[in-house]
Amino acid sequence: MKQKGWKELTPGAVITEPGNSVKFKTGSWRAFRPVWIEDNCIHCLFCWAYCPDMAVRVKDGKRIQFNYDACKGCGICALECPGKKGNKAIVMKEEGKQ
Amino acid sequence: MTTTRTVAVTGNESVAEALRQVNPDVSAAYPITPATDIMQRFTAFVSNGVVKTEMILVESEHSAMSACIGASAAGGRVMTATSSQGLALMWEELFIASGLRLPIVMALVNRALSAPINIHGDHSDGMGARDCGWIQLWSENAQEAYDNVIQAFYIAEHMAIRLPVMVCLDGFIISHSIERMEYLDDETVRNFVGDFNLVHPLLDIEHPVSYGPLVLPDYYMEYRRAHADVMSKVRHAVLDAAWDFERMSGRKYGLFESYRLDDAEIGIVVLNSAAGTTKDVIDAFRDRGIKAGLLKPRLFRPFPYEEVGEALKHLKAVCVLDRADAFGASYGPLFMEIASSVVPFKNRPVLINKIYGLGGRDYLPEHAELVLNELVKIEKTGKVKTFKEYIGVRE
Repeated sequence: MKQKGWKELTPGAVITEPGNSVKFKTGSWRAFRPVWIEDNCIHCLFCWAYCPDMAVRVKDGKRIQFNYDACKGCGICALECPGKKGNKAIVMKEEGKQ
Repeated sequence: MTTTRTVAVTGNESVAEALRQVNPDVSAAYPITPATDIMQRFTAFVSNGVVKTEMILVESEHSAMSACIGASAAGGRVMTATSSQGLALMWEELFIASGLRLPIVMALVNRALSAPINIHGDHSDGMGARDCGWIQLWSENAQEAYDNVIQAFYIAEHMAIRLPVMVCLDGFIISHSIERMEYLDDETVRNFVGDFNLVHPLLDIEHPVSYGPLVLPDYYMEYRRAHADVMSKVRHAVLDAAWDFERMSGRKYGLFESYRLDDAEIGIVVLNSAAGTTKDVIDAFRDRGIKAGLLKPRLFRPFPYEEVGEALKHLKAVCVLDRADAFGASYGPLFMEIASSVVPFKNRPVLINKIYGLGGRDYLPEHAELVLNELVKIEKTGKVKTFKEYIGVRE
């Protein structure tokens, strides 16, 4: 997105476009990445409910891959994930490591 | 048709009357001497149903300014008043009000800052807040305080400006002394101020907006640059307001007042009430054939450097009187503005700086005489004994 010059700004930094935070990609802040292990997922959607942003995507009542543009890596989803038979469906991995 | 009423009132009473006539939507305030009296009178107007203002009584000035900010962002015409420690407690909100471009009007009854605690007239409160992004108008007497408050709404709400305005008047010397002055009629004041124009009000739920986002290094500097730009336009709005006000009231205002300055060789620059005493002494010097004059700044923020420089450049020697010291700085705060104003001119006056009247210490005609006599000597000899010193102080 091309950055605006000072003459183009709304006075007082007022935001006049509701919901425009979706344009702000916060995924680059992340130090740890949540990794979804589909085999352990019971689709309880706890991760979707607990995510403080909108990083967990759901389709037809089932969760699908993370939206990593919105994920800051807080790890709440991994903490709350009940998994299947004691095996977590979300684990945190350090960025830049395999 | 404008009708006027001649009255004998205090400075605070005149400010409260202006606020009654403007009839703002919301006010939030906390009492502090010597500004208390303004809000005491105004809350009586609220209680008696004379104004429709929603009065919010808060537990501190920090909350007073916060409530003013909320009410202004919501879309109301908002005013408040404070002094000294109260202004100091508002400090962080002052920057928020100006950064959000909210046209709040505040009367600042100038009082010294603690410690040691002192309740009297002194400019250290207003000077401490001079760089907070607000517009500052300074007033010599009750009439000017009244006229400035009315014009402050016009300037603050000007669609090219939308900034908060502080109207300064000297604590006790003006706020609590009775003077003869003239009130305008209510309808004239209301027509002058006009209807409040809304800009992105929070309460317009059809057009939702957010105030106060986090702005990081990628945009913060652009917002500051925009603020500097709007500040550069303020003097035009101040002159527009002054012109309309003069047509209505017959009283002339500008960016500053020049008194016998055009052909002057020596001059004094001073803010607020001390200008009155100084003018009398200048008249006495003029009677003796000494070409003395005075410049009294009215718009202190943004400071009209070019116009002030032009007005002073022909003088031989000028003394700037500061009713506040800028501790650790080279000179008093007003002096530094005046020095900046004359710097571009090759032939410019010799400047000296005196600190006077701190904590309400009387400024007497003999102080002005002392200063003018020193300027006469500097003009003759070209020699300066000392560039900055305190006057009216015991050694």
